[in-house]
Amino acid sequence: MWQGILESFMGHVGRRFVISVPMVFLLLVFAMPFLVVFKISISEVDGVRFVDLLTWVDGVLKLQLKFTNYRVIFFEDDLYLRAYLSSLGFAGITTGICLAIGYPFAYFLARSRPEIRPGLLMLLMLPFWTSFLLRVYAWKMLLADNGVFNNVAIALGVLAEPVKMMNTPFSLTLGMVYTYLPFMVLPLYANLVKMDIRLLEAARDLGASPWQAFWRITVPLSRGGIIAGALLVFIPCVGEFVIPELLGGPQTLMIGRVLWDEFFSNNDWPMASSVAVVMVLLIILPLALFNKFQAESTQGGRR
Amino acid sequence: MARSAHPAAGQGDAPFLRLTSIVKKFGDSVAVDGVSLDITKGEIFALLGSSGCGKSTLLRMLGGFEQPTSGQILLEGQDLVRLPPNERPVNMMFQSYALFPHLTVWDNVAFGLRRDGLPKDEIAERVEKMLAMVQLTPYGKRKPHQLSGGQQQRVALARSLVKRPKLLLLDEPLGALDKKLRERTQLEVVDIIHQVGVTCVMVTHDQEEAMTMASRIGIMSEGQILQVGRPGDIYETPNCMFVADFIGSVNLFKGRVTEDEADHVIIDSPECRHYVSHGITGTPDMEVHVAIRPEKMGIQEAAPGPDDYDNPVEVGFNCAQGTIRDLAYLGDQTIYHVVLGTGAVVKVTKANDARHDEARLANGSSVHVWWWGSDLVVLTQ
Repeated sequence: MWQGILESFMGHVGRRFVISVPMVFLLLVFAMPFLVVFKISISEVDGVRFVDLLTWVDGVLKLQLKFTNYRVIFFEDDLYLRAYLSSLGFAGITTGICLAIGYPFAYFLARSRPEIRPGLLMLLMLPFWTSFLLRVYAWKMLLADNGVFNNVAIALGVLAEPVKMMNTPFSLTLGMVYTYLPFMVLPLYANLVKMDIRLLEAARDLGASPWQAFWRITVPLSRGGIIAGALLVFIPCVGEFVIPELLGGPQTLMIGRVLWDEFFSNNDWPMASSVAVVMVLLIILPLALFNKFQAESTQGGRR
Repeated sequence: MARSAHPAAGQGDAPFLRLTSIVKKFGDSVAVDGVSLDITKGEIFALLGSSGCGKSTLLRMLGGFEQPTSGQILLEGQDLVRLPPNERPVNMMFQSYALFPHLTVWDNVAFGLRRDGLPKDEIAERVEKMLAMVQLTPYGKRKPHQLSGGQQQRVALARSLVKRPKLLLLDEPLGALDKKLRERTQLEVVDIIHQVGVTCVMVTHDQEEAMTMASRIGIMSEGQILQVGRPGDIYETPNCMFVADFIGSVNLFKGRVTEDEADHVIIDSPECRHYVSHGITGTPDMEVHVAIRPEKMGIQEAAPGPDDYDNPVEVGFNCAQGTIRDLAYLGDQTIYHVVLGTGAVVKVTKANDARHDEARLANGSSVHVWWWGSDLVVLTQ
């Protein structure tokens, strides 16, 4: 009996330990930095150092929280809100295009002969083997006014003069789609490859055309993969800095660049921190709501 | 049993479904090798065989999921071969059901009707009726994973019947259920199929399932149908060694025809001389196998006398001496393994029809096993 109690106690502790490892990790790499950033965002700057939030001067305990930055973001300067909206827009368009390209991509990958699947997956991940920066720079070469695409098109007589592609919304979206496509394909592939082909046969047997079977069976059953892929593309795209910096232009206002400018051009750390806090909330809140809705709608769990 | 209520199947009527020399090759291997078969309207036909015999491939060709390499499938005179599955008046109940996991029971059943674009109230009416028939009315809102195996099986049956197909295909219909539930469900399914009156082709590797449910059975091996007949015909008059051995268990004696008369045949085998009380199509001196089912044999210590046979002529024939090497008491019956003088082992089953049987035989006893000439089946191939 004692042994049983001991075992259940150990089991309990063991389970807590296993759960606590990722919790501690999240605390260290997400919650703490976020709190530090949040603290900076409401701090007053005195010369080169931040004023403590709590001060004790002459018997007076003073708590000083400065919310001016948030007021500026939301009410005074519309640059920030425009940048947020524009970022959400570019991220949304990128996610949509990635889904449109990635779904058929993942579908054929999942339906290909099992022997060649590892090879195809390897090809999908091959770009990761070269530096991300290098690959984005390569697009500059391809898209520039005297770049490869324009030169070839002119040489072939398709174009009379170069078309401006670099530093436009087009080049930015192209770069983001190119970079994030594998993050859409992989979860979709993982989902679609598990799908039971007999379900499609059953749908066909019951009178569905191949197209109807796809929309009624394949797509609903791959919802998990679609959601995972969309989040993996959308979230990093919202805060993306490098691609807008290299491929974007004056028309491609994105919050990542605004953030950078606040930190490094204006040296206004509290403002930059405020922008970052709002961005995190902007992504996390809808996500949390979505998760809650998702959990409710699939109560009891899906297979 | 349920099939007695069934119109005499496979006799007289014009064929409802006709398969003509169906061949299916996958690369070099031949899965179905020239199957021709007529199926009558309203019957339940079972394709029975071990795995890899081609029965599932044949069923899938009826459903439209495989194209025959050659041959013809006619359903009421209509050629099915070129039709895709969604245009065939055929529905299939898949092995382990293939229910749509993201749809409720109700929507699973309604799926096929919706594809036909039927009016909403007609769909509702037919789905409700079908759910009532399989006794699942209270479960309409559940998802398949919230149902037991038996309930899932009934959803699958309802889904495949609701479109009122001309032909219903069942792929191992009860294979996923445990034994007790399977036995009960077999007759339920037959009842429902008869209520609907649909013609049905099923595939199974379980001979009990085939014999319980089907009005006729086709035994398949290596892509060919070896014998077609009612369960009783297949069991009592198998036409070859494979069928005799595949259905139930059988004792086979290899022997040579020494006397070939119109009303009886005598066959000598090393174990004993067989007096077969019916004529055979064969030639004298021909090598044959004599088959006898274990339950049709007697076993006792004393030698059998004239009263033990149905025809006193058989005394001296149809009997062998041996020792019980193994016995298995199964409650309703006991199985004896008897080693004969030649070293051959025969299997004899004896019903335990008395509770305290003083004469129950012990392991190691020396016994006589005997049988009636009318129960012998002579197999030439």
